[in-house]
Amino acid sequence: MEPVIQNQEIPSIKPKQKAKQGPWGMAWKVFKKDKAAVAGLILLAIMMVAMALAPFLPFADPNEVDLTNRLKPVGTEGHVLGTDHLGRDMLSRIIYGGRVSIIVGIIAVTIALVIGSALGLIAGYFRNFYDTVIMRFMDILMAFPYVLLAIAIIAALGPGLMNTMIAVSIVGIPYYARIVRGSTLSFREMEFVLAERALGAGHLHIIFHHILPNCLPPIIVAVSLDVGWMILAAAGMSFLGLGAQPPLAEWGVMLSEGQEFIRVAPHVSLLPGFAIFLVVLALNLVGDGLRDALDPKSK
Amino acid sequence: MASYILRRLFGLVPVLFGVTVLVFSIMHLSPGDPAKIILGPKATEASIAKLNTQLGLDQPLHTQYITWIGNVFQGDWGRSIQMKMEVLPLVAERFTATFILTLASIIIASVFGIGAGIISAYKKYSWLDRSMMFMVLIGFCLPVFWLGLLLQIVFGLNLDWLPISGMYSAGQDGFWDMIRHLILPAIALSAGAGAIIARMTRSSMVEVFSQDYIRTARSKGLKEKNVVLIHALKNAFIPVLTVIGMQIGFLLAGAVLVEMVFAWPGIGTLMVNGILARDFPLVQGVILFVATTYVAINLLIDILYAIFDPRISYK
Repeated sequence: MEPVIQNQEIPSIKPKQKAKQGPWGMAWKVFKKDKAAVAGLILLAIMMVAMALAPFLPFADPNEVDLTNRLKPVGTEGHVLGTDHLGRDMLSRIIYGGRVSIIVGIIAVTIALVIGSALGLIAGYFRNFYDTVIMRFMDILMAFPYVLLAIAIIAALGPGLMNTMIAVSIVGIPYYARIVRGSTLSFREMEFVLAERALGAGHLHIIFHHILPNCLPPIIVAVSLDVGWMILAAAGMSFLGLGAQPPLAEWGVMLSEGQEFIRVAPHVSLLPGFAIFLVVLALNLVGDGLRDALDPKSK
Repeated sequence: MASYILRRLFGLVPVLFGVTVLVFSIMHLSPGDPAKIILGPKATEASIAKLNTQLGLDQPLHTQYITWIGNVFQGDWGRSIQMKMEVLPLVAERFTATFILTLASIIIASVFGIGAGIISAYKKYSWLDRSMMFMVLIGFCLPVFWLGLLLQIVFGLNLDWLPISGMYSAGQDGFWDMIRHLILPAIALSAGAGAIIARMTRSSMVEVFSQDYIRTARSKGLKEKNVVLIHALKNAFIPVLTVIGMQIGFLLAGAVLVEMVFAWPGIGTLMVNGILARDFPLVQGVILFVATTYVAINLLIDILYAIFDPRISYK
């Protein structure tokens, strides 16, 4: 009889441990092991905290002009990262500029995510006519290289930060629509959804309670990688003069303004560019870590 | 194969129709009266009405589209308001500069990307692989306009090795002079594409290295160089080729940022100046030109794919 008791004891311990952790807990466990991803997360957290708390920290006013202290180099007393061509404090402008860039990135991704996912859910769940119309339209948007599409939309709406945000979010819509449509197509045929349908559940209930939660892992990975791309794209548009406009402290604008002074004060354009690079790098490290954690097949 | 190409060509019709509708809409999606935007706040009612007639804006939308697309097919892409020139010859002339920049960048990106990808895959999980993939990640995250500035400062201003702006030195139009001007912008533009090509080459080569025929090639005593460069690379190359083709299209449009940094006289600078001056016919012309080129390049890659990869059925 003894072996039977042993067999019963062993499985009764293991499932309990797994049940405690859940799929998200397991993903976190994998993520934690990825040193690069954790480094990216820490870097991102430090930058986000500094930017969020900027008004409460002893930073100079990012728009305060001081013509007697123009183009001071890095390490100047009172201006750790120097000053720009109008004597404005670079550290403060980089921190406040980051607020603009990150908010633009987050809002643009949110718009793309909500509209793209909704279109993908409709196309994948209802198929037929909806699928054809929506996905053909997405094909047309994807027939443009993404930078060109963003520029084309700005050309129509007119230059400005708000229009840039709209433009980069429209560029992102087809990607989310494709990801969500793909997942929806596979989940709508699975037994648990068929069972719900047989029990008389409505379309909205099935979509929001069963299909959408299952689409989340690929969406989360796409979001983490896309915020970086959208920050980069929005800064690029501002650099071209199509996005945020001076005197707003925004990384692309600062880089563009500093370009005139690269001979005498290269830090004015190099520092905001480095800030963009750091944020995008951190987001990519986190995104890669999330992908390995949430989608083991991709490894 | 011929039927596949024909089907792909027919499949393009709705996409190209959509592209032309979107490009056509640029002027009409603008908030406010396009003629007013073009002429500025001081415009009189009479001049606005005159420009409306000149641009055909007083016609119903579908009539405007049909007239516009008819003209586009006949080579009449309108006149640039700001530059007072025909749009198509202007775009075609500037496209040459963008094409040279894109071509140089894709060559640099392919050479370094494929090289790094092969070495990384061959030395999988070694420190060399890890450091190369970290470099690739950096290349991927670098803002292209910032990299451009960095190259200008280091190689142009500090070391004084290369010129930092324009396509030719004043009063010169020689080939080598152009190449000297091309090096820095081409390197700046190639970073992102090189990173993507390297990643694709690595993953494709890693997969191929695990195949039985590679073991067979090694066990029959072939030189390692031949195994890697002939047996493995040849079979790993198709997905890499697809990525390279896609990158050509992205670089054509992405070149705008590098062109602005280096004052390279391509279509990117033309387009941005057109947008800032609200020169709608010019902007429409550039966007239509680049979008159709991009669609054509993608078609060409698909066809090449079908020719080079007989394993795939296209029925």
